[in-house]
Amino acid sequence: MKIFSKSFWAPIAVSLVFASTLVISSIADAKIFDPQTFTLDNGMQVVVISNHRAPVVRQMVWYKVGSADEVEGESGIAHLLEHLMFKGTKTTESGEFSKNIARNGGQENAFTSYDYTAYFQTIAKDRLEMVMKYEANRMTNLVITAEEVVPERDVVLEERRSRVDNNPRAQLGEQVNATLFTNYPYRRPIIGWEHEIAALDLDRILAFYRKYYAPNNAVLIVEGDVTVEELKPLAEKYYGAIPRGPDIKRERTIEPPARANKRVALEHERVTQERWNRSYLAPSYSYGEGQHRYALQILTELLGGGASSRLHKRLVLDDKIALSAGSFYSPDALGPATFSFYVSPKPGTDMSKFDPAIDEELARLIQDGVTKKEVDDAIDRLQNHAAFARDKFGTGARVFGVALTSGGSIDEVESWPARIAEVTPEAVVAAAKHVFQGTFHVTSELLPKPQS
Amino acid sequence: MGMNMTIRKFVRSCVAVTAVGFGVAFTMQTALAVEVERVISDKGIEAWLVRDHSNPIVTMEFKFQGGGALDPKGKEGLAALVASTIDEGAGDLDSTAFQTALDDRSMTLSFSAGLDSFRGTFKTLNKHRDYGFELARLALKEARFEDEPVERIRTQLISRVNQNSQSPNYRASRKIFELAFGDHPYGQSSSGTVDGLGALTRDDLVNFTQTRLARDNLIIGVVGDIQADELKVYLDKTFGDLPEKASSSGVAKIEASFTGGTTVIDVDVPQSSVQFGQPGISRDNPDFYAAHVLNYILGGGSFVSRLYQQVREERGLAYSVYTYLMPLDSSAAVMGGAGTANARVKETIDVIRDVWKEFAENGPTQAELDDAKTYLTGAFPLRFTSSDTIANMLVAMQDDELGIDYIDKRNSYIESVTLKDAKRVANSLYQPEKLSFVIAGRPVGLSATE
Repeated sequence: MKIFSKSFWAPIAVSLVFASTLVISSIADAKIFDPQTFTLDNGMQVVVISNHRAPVVRQMVWYKVGSADEVEGESGIAHLLEHLMFKGTKTTESGEFSKNIARNGGQENAFTSYDYTAYFQTIAKDRLEMVMKYEANRMTNLVITAEEVVPERDVVLEERRSRVDNNPRAQLGEQVNATLFTNYPYRRPIIGWEHEIAALDLDRILAFYRKYYAPNNAVLIVEGDVTVEELKPLAEKYYGAIPRGPDIKRERTIEPPARANKRVALEHERVTQERWNRSYLAPSYSYGEGQHRYALQILTELLGGGASSRLHKRLVLDDKIALSAGSFYSPDALGPATFSFYVSPKPGTDMSKFDPAIDEELARLIQDGVTKKEVDDAIDRLQNHAAFARDKFGTGARVFGVALTSGGSIDEVESWPARIAEVTPEAVVAAAKHVFQGTFHVTSELLPKPQS
Repeated sequence: MGMNMTIRKFVRSCVAVTAVGFGVAFTMQTALAVEVERVISDKGIEAWLVRDHSNPIVTMEFKFQGGGALDPKGKEGLAALVASTIDEGAGDLDSTAFQTALDDRSMTLSFSAGLDSFRGTFKTLNKHRDYGFELARLALKEARFEDEPVERIRTQLISRVNQNSQSPNYRASRKIFELAFGDHPYGQSSSGTVDGLGALTRDDLVNFTQTRLARDNLIIGVVGDIQADELKVYLDKTFGDLPEKASSSGVAKIEASFTGGTTVIDVDVPQSSVQFGQPGISRDNPDFYAAHVLNYILGGGSFVSRLYQQVREERGLAYSVYTYLMPLDSSAAVMGGAGTANARVKETIDVIRDVWKEFAENGPTQAELDDAKTYLTGAFPLRFTSSDTIANMLVAMQDDELGIDYIDKRNSYIESVTLKDAKRVANSLYQPEKLSFVIAGRPVGLSATE
C-alpha cells in the first residue's frame, strides 16, 4: 500500500527481474540492458544504464554485505545499520539527506538481503550530482550516537513484529530456513532474531560499518537519462575521492549435504487456509554445480511457472486437490539457492496427498524427460517476461546490483538470453536429477489449529 | 501489509488518483515531453493515448464506473467474482485454453473490482497484439463462466475472506469503514462476504457483464508502441459491441460519519494494528490541491512527514505511520494507519492526536509548505518512467475531468496554494474531535469495546 522506508525486502522479487532480453530476431546477439561500466582507482565499480524515456535518473549504491555476512550472535546488524545510514555524518545533520531529496522531488529507500545492502534515490536528472554527493559522503563518514540507536532499534523491532510475529506464514518461513540450512548463514532471518536485535549496540554497529562500507566493496549503478560521459566525472569527483579500504574477503561456511528429509508444521489459530511447501537446496550463480542454473530456470518454468505448467495441470485441474500450485527457483545467491514447490490446498483436502503427487511428477519428469516443445515454450515465455522487465524503470539497476553482489557479472546478465536459449530437454532432466535425485528436502505445512 | 487484495487495490487506486492531482515540472531544466492524444474510433470509442516507442509493448488500462459498492444485498462479492472469472474461458476457449493462450504469449489481461470501479489491465508484446485484443474482446463479451473455474475461484475468494478475517490490519480497516459508512454500500467490503460469494449464480455473473460493462461508463488509457490509427481499429473490435448504456449509476452520496471514538477489537497478536480516519474532501472541491499538499506534510511524505518524525523518528513507536486522502465517488475520508507493540498503543494514539490537533489549529509553516511544493512538483516526472503509471494517469485524468492538458497544468495548481489557503484548509479539513481510531490487537491500557 505504501513503501515504508528502509525496509528489508525478501529477495524473491529479484528473480523475475533476472529475466530480460529482446524478443526480436537473433537471440544470441541480443543485448539486454547494454550497460557501460568502468572501475574507479579505489576499486569501486560503476555501471551506467542509459534510458532517455523521462528526464529522471535512479542512483543505487550496492554494498557487498548482507545478513549472511554477520557473525553468530549479531543477527540483524546489517539491516539495523541500513536504517541508521539515514542519520547524520561528519558534515551533515541527521535526516538532512532525506529532507533534501524530498525538497527536490526525489524518492528514496534502501533494502537489505542475505548477500547485499542497497540504497537508492530516484530524482530529476539535474539533481543527480546532489544525491551522489550525499551518498558518497555517508559511505565512510556516518556519525551515530547511542541515543539514536535506541529508538531506531525499537522501529526495527516493530518492523519484525509487523512482518513476522503478527504473521503465522512468515513465522513458518523462518522455521523452514532454519531447518533447510544446517550450517549456512541463510538459516538466520535477514531482519534478525528478536533477542539479538535487542542486544545490538553502537560499538558493534560501527565496527560492522567500518569493516564493510568502503568503495572497493561497493558498486555504483545509475539508470536513466544519463550517459557514461556525463556520469564519469561526477563518479570520480565524489566516489573516487574516498580512500580504498582494506581488502574484504566474504567468509562463508559450507553447507554439508543433508542426510534426512525434514518436516516442519505450524498449527495456528489465525490460519484458515492451509499451505504445503517443499524445498530443496540447489546450485546458484556462485555455489555448487552452477552449470545447471540455466536449465533449472527452464525447469521451474515448465514445472510450476503458471497456467501452462505441469503442476497447475496436475494438482489444480486434473486431481482438483489444489487452489493453486507452482514452483520457484532463482540462481541469485552467493550461497546455495533453493528450489521450492508450493501448494494452496483445496479446503478439505487430505494434506498427505501432496507428497506422493510431487514425487510422482518428479519421477515422471526424470524418467520420461520433457518435450522439446515444453522447453521451447518455456524459453519463449522467459524471454517475453524479459521484454516486459526491460520496460520497467529500475529493473536494469536491480538486476546488475544483485548479480554484481552475488558472484555474477555483467556478461553473465547480458548473455542470459543466449544461455537460456541453449537449454535442451536433456539438460533439464540432468538438472532435475542433480537437485531431486538422492537428495533430501524440507516439507512444511501451515495448518489451522484444531478446535479444542 | 496483511490487507485483503481487493481493498489494497482499491486503496492504491485512490492514492493514485489523489497523486494524479498533481503535476508537472517545477522549473525543471529538462522538459517533460509527454503528448496525450485523444483517439476516437469510428464507432465513437474514446481512448487517451501516449505513444512511446522505447519497447515493442502496448499497455492499456480501462475502467468501468461502478464497482463492489453496487453489489446487491445478499450478493456481496459479485463484482469481485466477475473480475476473477471473466478471464477464465470465453468464446471457443475453455478456462485452461484461455489462460494458456495468455500465458504462452506472456500477455497480461486481468480485472479487479474496487468500491467504485471495475478495472481491466492489458499488456502485450506487439507481436501478439492482434490476438491479445481479441482475447480482451472475448472476455468482455463472451465469458463462459463454466462451473469448474467458477467454483475453484469462488473457493479461493472465500478462502481469502476467511484468512483476511484473521488479519489485524484487515479487521481494523474493515471496522473503520463500517463505522464511517454504516449500512451504506461503502460500509461493505468490495471483496465480498462468505455468504454473498456463496450465493452467486452463473446468471448473476452473466447479467453483470451484460448490464454493467457498457460504453457510457467506460474510460480507456493506452501507452506504448502503437499509432492512433492502429488503436482505433482495436478499440472498435474490443469495445465496439458493448451495450450503449450501463444499467446502474453510482451509489447515494453519504457523509462519512466519524465520532472521534476509539474502538478496540480483541486479537491475540503482539503488535496492534492502529487505523484511523475522519471526514475528507472530494476530488472536485477547489481546495483539493491544498488538501493534497497538507496531507503530504502531515502524513503522506514518507520520511519527512510530521507523523513520521513524531511517531517513528523521535520515539521509535512504529515502523510505519501514514495518512492519505480517500476521495470516493460519493463520499470522502482522510485515512491513516500505524502498527505498534501492544504496550505502546496508547502513547502512539496520544501522539497522533496531538499532532493532528496542532496541525488543524495552526496549519503548516511557510518552510513546510515550500518543501511540500517542491517535492510534489519535482516528483511528478517520476510518474513517467513506466507505462503502467502513465496509463493509470490517463484514466484518472478522464475520470476526474482534469482536462487533456492536465499534465502541463498540474504543477501550477500546486504552486498556487498559498500559506493562507493552507492554514484555512487545515483548519476546516482536519477535525481532531472527529478523528476516530480502531485498534485490532491487545493494547495495554485500552479496554476492548467489542
